[in-house]
Amino acid sequence: MAAGAPGGGSTVANTYEKARTWLLLPSWLVLLGLSLIPVIMMLVYSFLTKEFRGGVIWEFSLAAYDQFFFDRGLFGDEPPSIEWTYITIFWRSFWQAGTATLLSLAIGFPTAYFIATRPAGSRAIWVFLITIPYWVNLLIRTVSMKFLLRDQGPLNQVLMSLGLIDSPLHMVNTNFAVQLGLFYSYLPFMVLPIYAAVERYDFSLSEAAADLYASRWVTLRRVLLPAVKPGIIAGCILVFVPSLGSFLAPDLLGGAKNYMIGSLIEEQFKGNAGNWPFGAAASMILLTIVLIILLLFARQQTRHERKEA
Amino acid sequence: MADVSARLDVRTYTGFRAITLLCLCILYAPLLVVTIYSFNSSNSIAAWEGFSLRWYVDVFTGPESAKFKLAAWNSFVIAIVAASVSTAIATLAATGMIRAGKFRLRMLSAGLISLPLMVPEIVTAVATLIFFNAIGFDRGLMTIVLAHIAFCIPFAYLPIAARMQGIDDSFEQAALDLYATRRQAFTRILLPLMAPGIISGFLLAFIVSLDDFIITNFVKGAGVETLPTAIFGAVKQGIKPNIMAISTLLLSVSVVMVTISYFVSKTDKTN
Amino acid sequence: MARQDNAIDVRNAVKRYGSFTALKEVSLSIKDNEFFTLLGPSGCGKTTLLRMIAGFEDVSHGSIHLYGQEIENLPPNQRPVNTVFQSYALFPHLNVLDNVAFGVEMKGASQSEARSKARQMLELVQLSDFSARKPSQLSGGQQQRVALARALAPQPKVLLLDEPLSALDLKLRKAMQLELKHLQRETGITFIFVTHDQEEALTMSDRIAVMSAGELQQLGTPREIYESPRNVFVADFIGETNLLTVVVKEIRDGNAICQLDGGHELHCNEVAGIGVGSSVHLSLRPERVFISDKPRESKSLQGKVSENIFIGTDITTIVNLTDGPTFTVRTSNSDRGSKGIFEPGSDVYVNMEPGAARLLID
Repeated sequence: MAAGAPGGGSTVANTYEKARTWLLLPSWLVLLGLSLIPVIMMLVYSFLTKEFRGGVIWEFSLAAYDQFFFDRGLFGDEPPSIEWTYITIFWRSFWQAGTATLLSLAIGFPTAYFIATRPAGSRAIWVFLITIPYWVNLLIRTVSMKFLLRDQGPLNQVLMSLGLIDSPLHMVNTNFAVQLGLFYSYLPFMVLPIYAAVERYDFSLSEAAADLYASRWVTLRRVLLPAVKPGIIAGCILVFVPSLGSFLAPDLLGGAKNYMIGSLIEEQFKGNAGNWPFGAAASMILLTIVLIILLLFARQQTRHERKEA
Repeated sequence: MADVSARLDVRTYTGFRAITLLCLCILYAPLLVVTIYSFNSSNSIAAWEGFSLRWYVDVFTGPESAKFKLAAWNSFVIAIVAASVSTAIATLAATGMIRAGKFRLRMLSAGLISLPLMVPEIVTAVATLIFFNAIGFDRGLMTIVLAHIAFCIPFAYLPIAARMQGIDDSFEQAALDLYATRRQAFTRILLPLMAPGIISGFLLAFIVSLDDFIITNFVKGAGVETLPTAIFGAVKQGIKPNIMAISTLLLSVSVVMVTISYFVSKTDKTN
Repeated sequence: MARQDNAIDVRNAVKRYGSFTALKEVSLSIKDNEFFTLLGPSGCGKTTLLRMIAGFEDVSHGSIHLYGQEIENLPPNQRPVNTVFQSYALFPHLNVLDNVAFGVEMKGASQSEARSKARQMLELVQLSDFSARKPSQLSGGQQQRVALARALAPQPKVLLLDEPLSALDLKLRKAMQLELKHLQRETGITFIFVTHDQEEALTMSDRIAVMSAGELQQLGTPREIYESPRNVFVADFIGETNLLTVVVKEIRDGNAICQLDGGHELHCNEVAGIGVGSSVHLSLRPERVFISDKPRESKSLQGKVSENIFIGTDITTIVNLTDGPTFTVRTSNSDRGSKGIFEPGSDVYVNMEPGAARLLID
């Protein structure tokens, strides 16, 4: 920026200051109207009474949240005890998303590191190679993964013809398939921030560590990892959060046994069996969890930035 | 690189190259397999019976072709409209955020723009459905377009804002200094310099719109299908060879677009 | 001189950013057809003042006049002044010709008129062969000249130059200094030049305004500023000097007798506002002092050589006065033969020309 004022002046360019309101108005209108207000409406709907053929009756009710957390027996007249069904689904979603995140980290970190240490000219090509699949339709990628993993699918055929297995491995409709699907869906989100962090990393620090008798792995653990930690955390958040609420991978690769939040919510709005207030309440709970994670993340990032400055 | 230099280079970690190659295998294997099997002449997806283009012919002329053609047309129209509108809105918003000085609502504005990125997609889908239901807006093509515009704004905004932040404002100041009006400085200097960012933003928004399944599935009216919802419906009955041909076609569109965007950003000479 | 004859009149200009004051009540007049330099360290407010004249910063308080017309409320595109930016700010998507033609066209000329004017300007800066190139295909020096041609093409009344030479290497910078000076003479346009490089300012300017901490420290010709610095800041910032703390013992016939630590005495001209008994600073340029093995006169100061430093054209000798401060003496290398080198440890006398020492207000 052309620094107008050394020592505390305006660093934000202000060429179009007078037109500011008009420049921002369209985005405010669209995002307020189609993003923020809908979320508030959803909060309102979660406190309404359900209509049996979908939709709501405008009557205040806590039934949705009550159904989520408490079991009052088949006819609703027993003393309340904790309802585990939905908490279990949430817990499973956390588990699946967490495992997928770790899998992404285990493969994504070395990949990002390897790419970031390529000669400057070829880095862009490696990044390009990693991101192409992400640009391919998520549904198609998930269907492709299902096709590959089927009992009679190409992967089993290859493994059997190599003599590694005698009978096909059952991979579709397992937790593993879901984790692999989530990994496949969001891997670039893990690689890109770590790549950016490693690219900024000053390798003379590693050389200094090596000069001071640190082995390669000690250097990695004690010098490199602390320096690129924000990138790693950002990558984990970017994989974990969308995994938590994802629908396609668990639905297509998981089957009924491996039900996740996304399917639970989706079901409430499809067909006549739905329960809109309950779906809205489950969405609110998911949104609250995600916002808490993002808030903690934002606080951690600002703390790191302050430390750097 | 010679062996000795690799051993001496503190950057090298054994095994990282192998993991990277494994990573690429995992990423590309499913896509390659589907592409290959889309050329299978067999009626069944299980066995390879030889090369054939019959499933591509089937996509355009087969019994389901009308349904998929309409879905593809819908997808395309929605993506063009949503990407154009959201790119225009995002360009204005980026100018307001990055070229209009400090102001009190700046943080709030930034939060609003990134809101669709922070809210999980399924929650956005539920919220949008409920919103249209509450205001009594009939679900159809229009609801999909509106939902996509809002959802695409942050995706268009990111590359545009990144680009604008990289352009020193002394260019516009020089234009003003040389007797250009603010409008002329915007259209003759800032916009041309912004072009690579705007193209990237448009392409990203276009792909995101084309890609979307879950929001579309919630807000679409009965009987309105986009390509993803049509494919999802078909896949629920089992994966058939014509789906693989459609997938391969869509996959090629994505690869072509991302390649264009790659070269657009590469030919950018301003930095 | 009548006020209308001044190119720029800055009156009590103040610039505040929140609680930070970048410019504190600065007033100065820049004459028509003058090469005027704003000189100071980074953060002194010189660029802020330039940007206020250009119209990129508003004036918190005070006024700016251009040939008698008040301009501080005009937007930059309505002020007949043009800027050569520090980063040049050449439009990367336009070729050299269209960059230079831009201002002329925006001022209302047709595209062909603007281009023919641009061709003339490119001829002036000897870049006619490069008109079809993009700025990124030019060297730093060529970009600099295009920026100059672009700013001159609309025939501004005043040309503002914001450290335009800072990105060039030393040799090119020296050449451009002369070229700029010639260009100013040829075009007859008032130049306001901002720099932190005092040597550059001394070389090029008709007059210099030395600024520090948002305030004008001294305004004068290069000679005045170098030889008669008004205060400690100017003496220290311009050139190299021996800054000594002295006590004024006696004032007689316009002469002040000052005492240094160790009882040494120095004679210099009286300065209004500094009376007998005050403890002040005194500036003595190293090249206006010479050393000898015998005292030249009663005023010679006795000391011992501690070090000789060879710096090409000159030799710098550090002398410790007996029980007193350290002195830097510079001897031109061509004089060395006649006077010889005094090895470290030798006893010497420090002598000075009359009027070389100058008392400073703080």
